[in-house]
Amino acid sequence: MPANPELEAECIRRVIAGERHLFHDLIRPCERSIYLLLLSLLKNEAEAEDAAQETAIKVYLNLHLFRGEAQFRTWVLSIARNEALSRLRKQGIRREESLDAASDDQSGDYTPAILTSWREVPTAALEQKELGALLRKAIEGLPEIYRNIVLLRDIEEMDIRETATALGISEGAVKVRLHRARAMLQRELAPQLKAFAPKRRGLLWGRA
Amino acid sequence: MGARMRIDCKHVWQHISAYIEGEVDATMRAEIDKHLETCEICSAVLDSTRNVVILLADDRVFELPAGFRQRLHERIDRALQSGSS
Repeated sequence: MPANPELEAECIRRVIAGERHLFHDLIRPCERSIYLLLLSLLKNEAEAEDAAQETAIKVYLNLHLFRGEAQFRTWVLSIARNEALSRLRKQGIRREESLDAASDDQSGDYTPAILTSWREVPTAALEQKELGALLRKAIEGLPEIYRNIVLLRDIEEMDIRETATALGISEGAVKVRLHRARAMLQRELAPQLKAFAPKRRGLLWGRA
Repeated sequence: MGARMRIDCKHVWQHISAYIEGEVDATMRAEIDKHLETCEICSAVLDSTRNVVILLADDRVFELPAGFRQRLHERIDRALQSGSS
């Protein structure tokens, strides 16, 4: 049902008014984002799944508190984030967010992977399991503050503002981290992804 | 325009992400475009970064665990039925 903000608002009204079963339709478009964010924060599939269920229940129970200032998905993701943080706190895991955030001020200095032209997007190669595995490994290898940004902005395609609100950081921080994260991913992935690029006639992609 | 400043490769790399986002101003965009016309290295860096971004957006990269949706909606059903609305 939702995705469209008006339908979403209508759906929320109806769930609150008693058509509870519509909650399934309301939460469905958010499920993937919820799970991926929780997986990124908790680093454990079973726990991320349990936290995702808990998040959905909390969203349902608190639905009357949603004011429509942010997008529904953004609001849902901030509930997911709080769920993850409280679990981490219970496990006694101190997060290094503030420490990492301080490094946002340094100017991003990096050298990208230098290669000769690589214009083809090997999306067809995603049928091959290795490419997906390569991408997942690169993302998992990112420090958490960068991984969360890539996840919401590039994987779930949320906009900068939504990403900032969901993670409780400034838009500026999202942009800086996004830039660094993409730079790290380019450096890590570009040389490997080239092997998946479609071969052009008469042109080999080997090292020239 | 033109002679005022010539940006170098490092400068371009610092703006790659914003460039992809369409978040650089018109002057900077023109400078970068001009640089890209003649710099194969930066063109490749831009292309590969953009391609990484495109690949990440593909739903096949991250899939939900098998049965995730079903288990989630069963749990939701239980909550809905317990009636604490």
